This record gives sequence, C-alpha cells and structure tokens, in this order.
Amino acid sequence: MPEKVLLVDDEEDFLETLAERMQVRGMEVSTTTSAREALIKTEQESYDAIVLDLMMPEMDGLEVLKAIKKKNPEMQIILLTGHATVEKGIEAMKLGAMDFIEKPVELETLTEKIKEAQAQKLILVEKQTADKIKKIIQSKAW
Amino acid sequence: MSIQGKLKPKFWDYQDVAAGPFKRLFNFRRIWMLAVLLTTVVTLVPLISIILIDYKVTQNSIESEILLRTARLVSNTRRTISFFLTERRSALNFMIQDYTLEEFKNPDRLALTLENLKKAFGGYIDIGLINPLGIQEAYIGPYQLEGQDYSNEWWFKEILYRDVYISDVFMGFRQVPHLIIAVRHTQPDKSFYVLRATVDTNKFDQLLSHLEVDGEGDAFIINHQGKLQTPSRYHGKVFETLSLPVPSYSPRTQVLEGKNAKGKTILIGYAYISETPFILMIVKQKDILMKPWYRTRLQLIGFLAASVIIILIVIVGVSTYLVSKIQEADYKRIISLHEVEYSNKLASIGRLAAGVAHEINNPLAIINEKTGLMKDRLIIKKDQIESSTLIDFADSILASVERCAAITNRLLGFARHIDVSIRPINLKEVIHETIDFQGKEAEYRSIEVSVDVPDDIPQFESDRGKLQQIFLNLLNNAFAALSDGGHLNITVRKEKMDLVSITFADDGCGIPAEDLARVFEPFFSTRTMKGGTGLGLSITYGLVQEIGGNITVQSELGKGTSFNITLPLKPPKS
Repeated sequence: MPEKVLLVDDEEDFLETLAERMQVRGMEVSTTTSAREALIKTEQESYDAIVLDLMMPEMDGLEVLKAIKKKNPEMQIILLTGHATVEKGIEAMKLGAMDFIEKPVELETLTEKIKEAQAQKLILVEKQTADKIKKIIQSKAW
Repeated sequence: MSIQGKLKPKFWDYQDVAAGPFKRLFNFRRIWMLAVLLTTVVTLVPLISIILIDYKVTQNSIESEILLRTARLVSNTRRTISFFLTERRSALNFMIQDYTLEEFKNPDRLALTLENLKKAFGGYIDIGLINPLGIQEAYIGPYQLEGQDYSNEWWFKEILYRDVYISDVFMGFRQVPHLIIAVRHTQPDKSFYVLRATVDTNKFDQLLSHLEVDGEGDAFIINHQGKLQTPSRYHGKVFETLSLPVPSYSPRTQVLEGKNAKGKTILIGYAYISETPFILMIVKQKDILMKPWYRTRLQLIGFLAASVIIILIVIVGVSTYLVSKIQEADYKRIISLHEVEYSNKLASIGRLAAGVAHEINNPLAIINEKTGLMKDRLIIKKDQIESSTLIDFADSILASVERCAAITNRLLGFARHIDVSIRPINLKEVIHETIDFQGKEAEYRSIEVSVDVPDDIPQFESDRGKLQQIFLNLLNNAFAALSDGGHLNITVRKEKMDLVSITFADDGCGIPAEDLARVFEPFFSTRTMKGGTGLGLSITYGLVQEIGGNITVQSELGKGTSFNITLPLKPPKS
C-alpha cells in the first residue's frame, strides 16, 4: 500500500523535486505551496503523513499544524525547517507534531519518518475502528 | 618611572579609547583642576585677607604707639629744658629788679650773689653788669673780663630790643661751650643796664645724656641754623652741623618720619623751645623700635606659609583621591557598558546567523533534492537522461548556489562594516542593506516595510557599523512589537541646521505611558520571558549618542510606536 503524503512548502522548486523523488520511491504525493490550500486538502482527503515547512509567507507552519490537529487529531505531521531552534522544536512537539527535521534532509531519513508515520496512523485508525466497533456492539443490542 | 610619572595620578592622561566623542562624561583633568582651584580660592582668600588685615592693624597700632611714645618723651624733655632755662632767667630777673645799681657795682656783694646763685641753682659760671655802652662795669668770675667792651657783640645788639636774651651755645674766649643769659633793666629815667650771666652747658648735656631713649635713640639740642648745641651720640659733636634738615617751626611737639644719611628710616621728634634759639630733637631708629614687631611679623608669615602649604597639600591630596575614585568608578561603568554592548553585539550576530541559516538552508535543500533526483533517475530508472533535462537540473542547482552566494556576500559586506569607523554614508543604502536581513521575516509575517528616503539627503560622514547596529536594533524592536500583517514606515527627512531625522514608525502594540520613560534604561524589558535581554534600546541609545545623534520615542498603547533619530550631517569635532 503506497504511502499517501502531502508536501507543503513555499519553495516550488524544492517541492516539485522532492515530490518526484518520492513518487519514484512509490509514494503517492500531493503538493501545495500555500498553507491555506493545505488546510483545504486535509479536510477533503486523508493523508498518511504531511510534511510541512515551518516558515511560510501566509501562515506560520505551527499555525497550520494547530489547525490540522484540531480537525484531524490522527493526522501525522512532520515539520521541515531551514532553521531549527530548540524552542520551536519543543513547541511543535507539544502541538502534536510527529517530528521536526532540519533542511537539507536526506531523502532516506524522510522516507523512514513517513513510513513510521504511516504505521502510527494505522495503529491510530485501527484503534479508532476498534473503539467504534466496541461502541456499536455495546450500544446495539442484537 | 620618573618621580613625576609616579606622582601623576592615573586619570591625568586617561582617555577612554572605545568611547566616541560624545561619550566622554567626565574630563578628569578639568574636574581635578576645578576642584583644586575652587577649594584653594575659597580657603586661602579668607585666610590671607584676615592675615593681611591683622598685619595692617597691628603695624598701624605699633607705629602709632611708637610715635606717641616719642612725642611724650620730647614734650617731657622740652618741659625740663625750658624749666631749666626759665629758672635761671627768672633768678637773673629777680636780681635785676631787686638789686640797686650800687649793689651790683659792689664786687663783694656781686661775688656773694654769684656764690648764692651757684648754690641755689647751679650752672652759673660768671656774672657781669654792662652799661648801655656795652662796657662791662662789674664782673665776678674765673676770667679777668672787667672793662670788656661788648658793644660790637651780636648778643648786645639783640638785647637793645628785648628784655631777655638767651644766646646759642658758643665757645667765646673761654674755649668751653657755654651760653649767655642776659636781662635788661630799664630805669624810670629810660636809661638801662644789662645783667649778663654765663651758664655752663654741662647741666644741659647731663640732662640730655641721662635721658633714656630707646631704639638707639639720640637726644640733643640744635639751634635754628642746625648747629648742634649739645653733644650727640650718633649725630656729631657740639657745634657740628646736623646732617638732618632743620625741622620747620611748630609751636607744639612734632614727630616726623625721615631718612638718615645711611638711608635708614628714622623717627624725628622735635620741639621748638620758646624764647630760646633752641630746638630739642630726639631721633630714633625706626627699624630697631620695630624689631619686636618684625619678629612677630616673621612668625606670622611663617605660620601663614606653613598653613598655605598644608592646605594646598590637603586640597591636592583630597582632590586627587576623589577624582581617582570617580575615574575608577567611571572606568568600571565603561567596562560594564562595553561588556553589555558586546553581549548585545553577540545577540545581534546570533539573530543574523539564524536568519542567514534559514536563507541558506532553503537553497541547499533544493540543491540536495535536485542532485538526489538526478541520481534517482540514473540509478532507479536506469535510462539515459536527456541532456535538456540535465541542463534544467544544472540551471536550477546553479540558481540555488547563486542564492547562497548572494547571502554570504551580503553577510560579509555587513560584517566588514562593523569595524570601520567614520566614512561617507548613503543613508538609503544602509537602511536597505539592514532591512534585507530581516526581509524574510517581514515576508513570512506579512509585515509591510516601507522606506521613504528623499533624494535630497546628502551623503554624510558617520560610523556605518554603528548605524547598521542601530537600524538592526530598531527593526528587531519594531518586529517584536508588530503583529503579523503590521506596518513599519521608515522615513528620512532633512531638517534644518544640518540635521537629518530618521523615523521608525510601527503600528504595533505600543508602549504603556508608564514604561515609556524607561525604555532606554538598561535591563528594562517587557519581553524578558520571550528572549529579550532588555539591552537593545539602551545600547541603541548609547550608539546614537556616540555618533553625535539623539533618539526620542513616542508611543500610544495599541496604536504604535515611533522612534526618531536625529543625526548631524557634519561629523562631530572630537
């Protein structure tokens, strides 16, 4: 099952290249340069992992992270940044980011993280499904 | 080290090398000089004037006392002498009234009379009766002078007009100093005769020589022509002419000041003895009289000199100590200021590094991905890449490299200016250069930065590095105050009197009025929780002062803050 990934970054050149490389590795990649578009996309579809740039013109990466987490808590988000500070990293982790990686990044590292994210998401989704089934079993008296 | 070098306090040549021409709070040498001068004037002027006044007062009182003493001595002595002469004259007067002419002509009677006179009064040598023709008709005395003709003698001519005559002291035939007292008796028939007595001046001499005159003084008698009538101690023998001028006539005792032949100051007390040709003179050496006073004066001057020296030493010592302490404190203040400045510089460098890292990492990431993709295509797809695609990749990589190079170049350019001092400044260029560093942040946070520099701003000399730091600090400050989407307007205006003003106006959160007065204080920060050091604005203030400018702040809570810097277009004279 291919990993479904959303890439959000304001550098288009970077975005396209990374997307192509990931696709070569068998991932299903969507891209956007706009934070707002990213929000819309996450509402419409589900992704195994979202790779998010921390610094973007319209909206701060952390804000996007907050917004997504509010709606879809099971969404796995990896933050990518040109300049990582400990402070920002801690803030991101507190807000529920899965990881915090500094640019430039080795594709292998990123792929691993994405796979990890997918597994995590699977667990979460399964747990959710199990909970749902449990609920249904408990509530419906067949 | 020479003695001078050892004595010279540290502050004398002290100069804070790091301080700008406007940072010199104290000129220690000036402070020291002022302190010494003021305290010296304030302490020494009253002391010296008191001593001078006292000196004058005591000198005057001592001088007047000496004059008074001399005057008293002169008048006492005059009284004695005139009494002596009056006594003898009165005796003769009595005789000439009492005796008949026959009695005078009787030699025995006359001898007895002379004997009685000698016993009763003393000093008489001889006595004679002279007829109106000047012939001595009767004579008693040690010489054979009976029949002597006095008609041509000057004293006889004098007595024709006066009742009493007292002569100068003279030698006469006798070769002994003596004087003549003559009284005339006019009979009822208008005829007259003269009684003439010679009086020894020994009595005189004794009188005067027994006088105690202080100050190497001298008491003697002169006649109106200035001839000495009695021997003197220092002013010559009898009949010599006195070296001093004859004092002018005065009915009363007088004391004058004059100079003797040796040029020394003397006090001359004199009195004209009435009805005689005599002037009594008492001459004293002023220097000797004043000796005790001179001794006191010497002590006074010595005391004054000692006090002045001690006061000066204390003043110089205390001033040096205090100024040294001020200098020490100032030195410590400057050191801590430098430390603070340095840490602020480090902080700005840190901020710069952060921005630069972010900007470089982005193109690096692109290069990374592009090369990765090239490799992917070659390895995974195992096909031949078309050269056009390869060229595309290469172009993209080159563009990213160029981006990195531009950033590093800009950073180098910025860093290079930090050390350089006064040089011509293009204000527009400096402002834009500084904004470039914060440009990304502005872009990310949608802060609109507008710069308005009119073209009539001339180039001017200033410290570029300091200006950059000032602008960077203000920019950081504004960004911290602005919320995303805020505005920052930087306006440059030429003011009159060779001034240029730069205003950084933001529409951020503003500063509460109670904090406004303290924003330039060190360690005052409302952002301490968010990484503010509280030093940015205080250092900015210091930097502006160093390049001769002025910084003011206006703010309204919720509406924004504006910082205004005024800089001189001409470099300050150092």
